[in-house]
Amino acid sequence: MGKKPLTIWEQAQAQGYSRRDFLRYCAYLSASLGLGASGTAPLARALENKPRPPILWFHFQECTCCSESFIKSSHPIVADIVLDKISLEYSEVLQAAAGVQSEEALHQAMEKYHGEYIMTVEGSVPTKDGGIYCTIAGRTALDIVKEAAQGAKAVIAWGSCASNGCVQSAAPNPTSATPIHKILRNVVNVPGCPPIADVMSGVIVHLLAFERLPQLDSQGRPKAFYSTRVHDSCYRRPYYDAGLFVESFDDDNAKKGYCLYKMGCRGPTTYNSCGIIRWNERVSYPIQSGTPCIGCSESGYFDNDPLYNRLPSFPGFGIQTTAETIGTYLAAAAGGGIAIHAILTNIRKRRIIKAELEKSLNDKDIEDANDERGCE
Amino acid sequence: MRMMAKRIVVDPVTRIEGHLRIEADVQNGQIVDAFSAGTMVRGIEIILKGRDPRDAWAFTERVCGVCTTVHALASVRTVENALGILIPANAELVRNLMFCAHYLQDHVVHFYILHALDWVDVVDSLKADPAEASRIARSLSDWPRNSTNYFKTVQNRIKTFVERGQLGIFANAYWGHPAYNLPPEVNLIGVAHYLEALEWQKEIVKVHAVFGGKNPHPHYLVGGAPCAVDPENAMALNAERLALVGKLIDDALQFVEQVYIPDLLAVASFYKDWAAIGGGLRNYLAYGDLPTQGYNDPLSFKFPRGAVLDRNLNEVHELSGSDPDQVREFVSHSWYNYSSGDDQSLHPWEGETHLNYTGPQPPYENLNVEGKYSWLKTPRWKGYPMEVGPLARLVVAYAAGQQEVREAVDGALSKLGVPLTALFSTLGRTAARGLETRLIAHWMKEFYDTLIKNIKNGDTRMFNPEKWDPDTWPQEARGVGLSEAPRGALAHWIIIKDGKIDNYQLVVPTTWNGSPRDARGQMSAYEASLLGTPVADPEKPLEILRTVHSFDPCIACAVHLYDPEGKQLHQVKFY
Repeated sequence: MGKKPLTIWEQAQAQGYSRRDFLRYCAYLSASLGLGASGTAPLARALENKPRPPILWFHFQECTCCSESFIKSSHPIVADIVLDKISLEYSEVLQAAAGVQSEEALHQAMEKYHGEYIMTVEGSVPTKDGGIYCTIAGRTALDIVKEAAQGAKAVIAWGSCASNGCVQSAAPNPTSATPIHKILRNVVNVPGCPPIADVMSGVIVHLLAFERLPQLDSQGRPKAFYSTRVHDSCYRRPYYDAGLFVESFDDDNAKKGYCLYKMGCRGPTTYNSCGIIRWNERVSYPIQSGTPCIGCSESGYFDNDPLYNRLPSFPGFGIQTTAETIGTYLAAAAGGGIAIHAILTNIRKRRIIKAELEKSLNDKDIEDANDERGCE
Repeated sequence: MRMMAKRIVVDPVTRIEGHLRIEADVQNGQIVDAFSAGTMVRGIEIILKGRDPRDAWAFTERVCGVCTTVHALASVRTVENALGILIPANAELVRNLMFCAHYLQDHVVHFYILHALDWVDVVDSLKADPAEASRIARSLSDWPRNSTNYFKTVQNRIKTFVERGQLGIFANAYWGHPAYNLPPEVNLIGVAHYLEALEWQKEIVKVHAVFGGKNPHPHYLVGGAPCAVDPENAMALNAERLALVGKLIDDALQFVEQVYIPDLLAVASFYKDWAAIGGGLRNYLAYGDLPTQGYNDPLSFKFPRGAVLDRNLNEVHELSGSDPDQVREFVSHSWYNYSSGDDQSLHPWEGETHLNYTGPQPPYENLNVEGKYSWLKTPRWKGYPMEVGPLARLVVAYAAGQQEVREAVDGALSKLGVPLTALFSTLGRTAARGLETRLIAHWMKEFYDTLIKNIKNGDTRMFNPEKWDPDTWPQEARGVGLSEAPRGALAHWIIIKDGKIDNYQLVVPTTWNGSPRDARGQMSAYEASLLGTPVADPEKPLEILRTVHSFDPCIACAVHLYDPEGKQLHQVKFY
């Protein structure tokens, strides 16, 4: 070591980015973080002076779609930010070292940056039968999570697996796949299967620029990206309000871009930024490509099936009811916590209730992990 | 003999998808025995039971985010096969375009991000002369980023990393290992293109965003493709969207032709010894894919269907997913039981899953490889262990006389000055991936042109609504969907009863390649290919990574399926 690590702005300079590029990037980030124009200057100042924070990126029960999404961050400078503005000290997908050497790198980083590193988790943790359903280097995911959390400055749960259990926690949740917030406290949940790349980089940049968590909602999600329903930001919304719907895929109404509500669209119950930020450098998002939202950022979305059945589950919700009515129910649910939310949004689904119960860890595990991390 | 061997363990195997552990016995600098174990399981197959078959693509797509799209494609084909649904020609073309886009992204990411660091010494690139690197790069291709200054900038970037001691993803690796052979300048070119590939890979997947709304995990549709076409409507798949796809294909072609292929050949020319290492099995299997006259006409596929036994390129054996005597799975060394006995095998339509974890309690040092040692089952074709993947596809296509494939393979071999047998190796596997990427980029252009022609001629159909409604389905139906994922032969099997999934099974590429031994003790591809691999330093088994990475492992795919509670499928109740 010895020398002082480079700041983010110094790194950007070293790669030939101009001051103008840098400020444009800051403005973009500021906007996407919901900070507005006034946020640009403080953000730029922070990025100019902050050294690269070490990040430990863990993979458990997952499919790596979060990593794949992360490396598709859209603003040109973002791929650089995430690769050399942060210091990825451990990542099974990207790191050159393997086996003994990769575990060594992990333990060196946990020691050297104790209390400083950001722990990010992709995947759920199986808790059944002592955790034998996911082991790395002969250790269970549960052990690794608890150990790594001790020195972590912040914990980010990437994607729906880590935030709500995703597909492997759907009924009957065979391995007791458990989201991270049920094992550790103060977790930032960044749901979605996967989360949008720019949401992921936005969360990271917020952390490194301001050295604190972004504002979170009652489900631990950054408000900047998860406070709006896909339905509310949908460019097809006027057709919903006008009662103009696609009746069958590829019909004339589909070609006209009418509302996909009758095809099962989960936009009215899904909080995400797909309609605003969109995907893959703003090229599209599912609704724009003619396919209904499946609600992939919502807890228990795979138990809110069949996916093509129109949303019928809300008391009083029918085609004649406006979306605002649904919003009222959801607001109540969000206030009541995740379990209630899941139950309410799936009022006719007994299996999700069962799944939620099964997902609950025994309290001792949670207490142990949080004591070690110094959480109250 | 075995007692003198040293057991080495690589866990985690990094730069792959998922959780893979390799245990290998090294003696006199060579691997004499090897064991491949998948160490994570989720149970998605059991979760599928009782669901709407039209939703299965969304569940199974989540089997893997690196191989995003491949399970969705196999799944919609499986359901369409069961219900007898024919999809419009345009939908087939859209699926082909998504298939090709995925291959381009996935193979490029594999070569540069997951595999290159086995061959390219990042730290050694600091010794390079940027002017010489520029000269070499210019001699290899017309790619515009090849100036001395450009390579100097890249070098400085790495230098900063190294000097500040914050190496990040490059920390603690095998830099300086005697098995690295490239001159510093070629290492520098490799590092530069590693960084470029990382930027480039996010472009081609925009094709998925256009047709399926997003990447990773674009949306699919049983009966066709969800994107309605109207060239003159701003709200539909219109001329602007199609033009974007055309441009993305052109850019991808350029990257593959001017960066990937020249790099591959340049790197390969320094590692010709690896054309005699890592050959492994002598049998190759490909379900084939990229239909040009519909999925039900395998003879029209760009990648032919078939099996090659004992490397005999004069005979291609016919394959069937529904024949109960062909694809069968063993659990003799996997953590499961079969009610008929662990030496038996089952066809996926009769697949059984009873958990039987007999491994050591974690934390553990070694697996008990004499007994069961993996969450992967062991598939066999007519009892034979088969290699699947890019090499298998090229071998089957070559044997079947696919002209474009023959030309591509012969051309590359003559450029490198190596015989046809060089294909059957670690290097051959890595080269095959590059060669098919180039073919696919060109085929993608053909599919695109055909789609444009169809739309121009007034055919805009994307979806067949006839059997969308479950009321039109028979009380019971069974289907199989075959596909080629980038990592190899992929198939799903379904049994539908009363409109719901009664059984759903997947046999995926990494299950073929990375599985443990079968009841007869026959090794699968990873284990077999590691035999005889040299290991210069058992503390730093770089050579193991080379051979294992040449398969591009994907463990999430391979162990998605099992029910760890050991329940029989029909006993599970949801309501």
